[in-house]
Amino acid sequence: MTITNDSANDSWRGVVDDEKKEDSGHGASAILRKRSRRLLGVLLRPHKKELVITTLLMAVNLTTWLVQPHLIGVVIDRGVEGSDFGVLVRLTLIVVAIFIANNLTWGAFLWVSGKMGADVLIDLRKMVFRKFQSLSLAFHDKYTSGRVVARLTSDIDALNELLQTGLHEVVVNMLAVLGIVVILFFKDARLAGVSLLVFPLVLALTYWFRHHSERTYRAVRDAVALVIVFYNESLGGVRAGQAFRREARNKDIFEGLTDRYREANLRSSILAARFGPGIRFLGRLSMSVVLLYGANLVIDDKMTIGVLFSFVLYLNRFFGPLQDLSQFYNVFQAASAALEKLAGVLDEATSVPEAENPVVPQNILGEIAFDGVGFSYGEKPVILETSVHVPSGQTVALVGETGAGKSTLAKLIARFYDPVQGTISLDGIDLRHLPEWKLREAIAVVTQESFLFGGTVGENISFGKPDATREQVEAAATAIGAHEFISNLTDGYDTDVKKRGGRLSAGQRQLIAFARAFLADPRVLILDEATSSLDIPTERLVQHALRTLLSDRTAFIIAHRLSTVEIADRVLVVDGGRIVEDGSPNELISRGGRYADLHTQWIESLI
Amino acid sequence: MRSHALLRLRSYVKPHAKALVLAIALAFVEIYFETRIPDITRKVIDGPIRHESQRGRLLPLIGLLTLFGVLEVILAYRRRKVLSNAALRVETDVRNDLYAHLQRLHIGFHDGWQSGQLLSRCMQDINSLRRFVGFCLPFLVILSFQFVYTFVLMFKLSPVLAFVAAVGILPVGWISYTMSRQYRVIARRIQDQQGDLGTIIEESATGIRIIKAFGRAPLMRKKFRLQAEKLRESSLGWVRLMARLWPMFDVFPNLVLGAVLIVGGRAVIRGDMSLGSLWAFILYVQMLIWPVDALGWILAMTEESRTSTERLMEVFDTQPQIADRPGAVELVNCEGRIAMNDVWFRYEGGTDWVLRGVNLEIAPGETLALVGKTGCGKSTLAMLIPRLYDVDKGTVTLDGRDVSSITVGSLRSHVGVAFEDPILFSASVRENLVMGRLDVSDHQITLALETAQASFVNELPYGLDTRVGEQGHTLSGGQRQRLALARAVLGGPRVLVLDDPLSSVDVHTEALIETALETVLEGTTAILVVHRPSTLALADRVALLDEGRIVAVGTHHELMESEPLYRAVLSQEAEEYST
Repeated sequence: MTITNDSANDSWRGVVDDEKKEDSGHGASAILRKRSRRLLGVLLRPHKKELVITTLLMAVNLTTWLVQPHLIGVVIDRGVEGSDFGVLVRLTLIVVAIFIANNLTWGAFLWVSGKMGADVLIDLRKMVFRKFQSLSLAFHDKYTSGRVVARLTSDIDALNELLQTGLHEVVVNMLAVLGIVVILFFKDARLAGVSLLVFPLVLALTYWFRHHSERTYRAVRDAVALVIVFYNESLGGVRAGQAFRREARNKDIFEGLTDRYREANLRSSILAARFGPGIRFLGRLSMSVVLLYGANLVIDDKMTIGVLFSFVLYLNRFFGPLQDLSQFYNVFQAASAALEKLAGVLDEATSVPEAENPVVPQNILGEIAFDGVGFSYGEKPVILETSVHVPSGQTVALVGETGAGKSTLAKLIARFYDPVQGTISLDGIDLRHLPEWKLREAIAVVTQESFLFGGTVGENISFGKPDATREQVEAAATAIGAHEFISNLTDGYDTDVKKRGGRLSAGQRQLIAFARAFLADPRVLILDEATSSLDIPTERLVQHALRTLLSDRTAFIIAHRLSTVEIADRVLVVDGGRIVEDGSPNELISRGGRYADLHTQWIESLI
Repeated sequence: MRSHALLRLRSYVKPHAKALVLAIALAFVEIYFETRIPDITRKVIDGPIRHESQRGRLLPLIGLLTLFGVLEVILAYRRRKVLSNAALRVETDVRNDLYAHLQRLHIGFHDGWQSGQLLSRCMQDINSLRRFVGFCLPFLVILSFQFVYTFVLMFKLSPVLAFVAAVGILPVGWISYTMSRQYRVIARRIQDQQGDLGTIIEESATGIRIIKAFGRAPLMRKKFRLQAEKLRESSLGWVRLMARLWPMFDVFPNLVLGAVLIVGGRAVIRGDMSLGSLWAFILYVQMLIWPVDALGWILAMTEESRTSTERLMEVFDTQPQIADRPGAVELVNCEGRIAMNDVWFRYEGGTDWVLRGVNLEIAPGETLALVGKTGCGKSTLAMLIPRLYDVDKGTVTLDGRDVSSITVGSLRSHVGVAFEDPILFSASVRENLVMGRLDVSDHQITLALETAQASFVNELPYGLDTRVGEQGHTLSGGQRQRLALARAVLGGPRVLVLDDPLSSVDVHTEALIETALETVLEGTTAILVVHRPSTLALADRVALLDEGRIVAVGTHHELMESEPLYRAVLSQEAEEYST
């Protein structure tokens, strides 16, 4: 099978077992689920006072709004029809005063509710951010950074949009619709009954719209998600795209995706184009019926003309807001789906919980002990019944093939995960009993992935110790052998790592990561493939530095190049989740086992 | 010229001009029908209601009213459909063009732009254009017409009252102007701050391992909080603006209504005006509120669309720097002779030269390894051959021809590249390998996978159809790198550029790949960027690069003997660490 040019089919995407359904807003329902409601409760609890104030303002606003058509009817009956100019002026002034009250309360309402909305939003932002930061790496591995970003940006934005497109306006309008029904019946039950004859049709149309809108809305969301992912990825890797002349193919695929997005949008627009004017028509119909029946009542002197007029005005106010509902509904759906997803994240239990009664030791020596430790990723066991004792100050190399479990051991020491069975202790204290900050102060990790944050080189190094002085930062860089290249950068330590001109090679990034760890000055240092991107002279420099750096602390080194392992006091060979060899490098070589084999292989690979 | 950026959308709107005109025409007729309502109610009041004898006219009048309602709704549906269709097509056209343009732009451009910046242009900015075409543009015309037309009708009923209404409505124009201006400032600020917050969020998510490793969650939280509070401040500015100005929109029409009631009511009492006319007039005033209200929004949206257009034009106005020169020739057969003559290069915006006068010759079929310290310019040098970057001074030639005089497409068709970072997309393995070369056969794919020792593909759940990349099946670093290598050798290009292609594979696999590569490299000109001595066995010659210059070229053994720098860079056997 070769690649077809049919961009409408999805074969280019390939197949995957578990499509992540959650992000597309499936199952978004207009009715909030339990955890969303609970989250709303939590968010609104600190704002009881504002809620009362907004309710009061809304009540005044509604009353003044509802009373207007009635008063205009009275003006016409008593002033105009009654031919009394004095009454006309007095009543009109009252009407105008009520208008103004209505406007003022509306302004106050917008301010109080808007401020409350902004407060709720920032609380939610902080809550979700804090939650993500506290969730374990096991969670982040599964959840992926893209989804974390989506929760904190597009989902929160969906809620923000709901607030900005006038959630409060819709609430007020819906209450107003109810108020109007009540008023109409009070004014004239016959006419009210007649004018609301179309109401079942309104309900049916609204139900129809809601039903279809959920589907079209989902289609739009799914289509846009595909556009965004493809756009981001193909442009992020544009150098590969250009090098292999994929531009035309990408263009075909992209145009297929945007076309699908356009069609989904069109369907959604057409739906709204049916609903909006449909409601308007029902409004017109209702007006015709009211005029026909009402005029007869007036002619027969069973009703005043002012009442008929106020009826017409009320009907306008009744159908206007219903028409706008379609525009609001999508925003509402997006927001409720977003809220549901955020509530889901906040409900997530961390698999690495903070100790309830933490033990805070004074001085940490750096003695690490595994006692019957077992660990598995999901169903797959990775570490089996491992016990090992590492006295403080020892440099231990973990050696083994890819997938043997070396990195997992390192991650367990750093408490990125908790063991499924057994305990890991630092100076005899179970890691689970140490407070997070103490643990992090004691243990630092340098990994292969040398992530740099936005900002300067200096800032990235001082991430290891935020209160470090420039001298300390430079000293750390010097000790690790990074000072020379940093000084040669355009702005030295103040070079922005992500801006133009601040291009750093993989090796340079890794050196910065090293300096960062060194500055943190931990009692236990874990180097997980930390030197793999370095060229040989740099690596040698780092190793030279490590000799001194590691002399008075406990260290774990993982590397598949044995050159790094040379400086270890002790080697643990890991295979299939167990430690199969344990001893000093020379011992293991002379004993003739796996390590000896690896060592021979390595020597042969050198020229 | 406030809206001058928007004029540049002309070419996109032009094909839909007919649709827009049709929509506007439909709206005019709609407005005509809508304005019949007050007129008919006037006739109902002044006719049958006032004069019982005319009762028979009631039913025809109401019938007409209903008929107009039906027509109006049909027109409204047509109008909305036509407009949505046109607007969505414009949106899609702009989006497709933006994407095509971005794909053409040189790597140097992409280096300087963050992905979020490009995404917001593709989504928010283009969505704003859709609103402009589908709403702002036609409705500026429609609402102006509605405003004037309604006014004429009011003037016919009572010139005095129409004048009162005119004076009363004028301030609304001023408010909408003020609001749209302030709105623009705040909206832009909010947008920027959302972007900054987004950066922190992205770092906190992608850097979570580092943050956890150093226990810096509190630091990140603080950073996040400070930025979120800034954003909140700006949002409050927006709320304040709305709370102050929105009610004002309603105040003036309502004052007008009061004045109409008093002045009109007096006229009715005096018998200068019929009650039906007053009623109609009040309904007209109500009809006037919506266009006036909407005008402010439309102005604000237009402002936003203008900013969005400017942001888009920033990209559209950037010309691709690496493109076919006039008279560029198609390179059909390629021998694979590469030469660099006094090549100088620095990155866009950078001040330091990365390459300073490189001279190099590679014979057809030869494999040259580039060796040098971290950051000496090895990778950069390699990227010049397929013209992913262009030299600043000097020339790079392929078969004696300046690469910039060859069409980019044909040049790249002869060069296979494996990048230092194996770039995979969320697509099937096949798609990731084939990329743009749609004519390769399955057999060629199998061969490439064999060469790269990437037979693990067969064990993936769906083989070549398995989705990999961020949203697909998770691969190890070594597996990713092997796919990237397979991609480079696929189809047997005449020239191979391999940037440290084996850094993430283990020793055992490395040996296997090298054996397989040896056959491939026999007839191929290749440049290998090398960090490990083991890979050097593949090379015929080695070039030593230092501070942007080639300082020595020779065989591995020659350089080991003559160049101390070379020894330093490559020798593991530094005395103090030997075992």
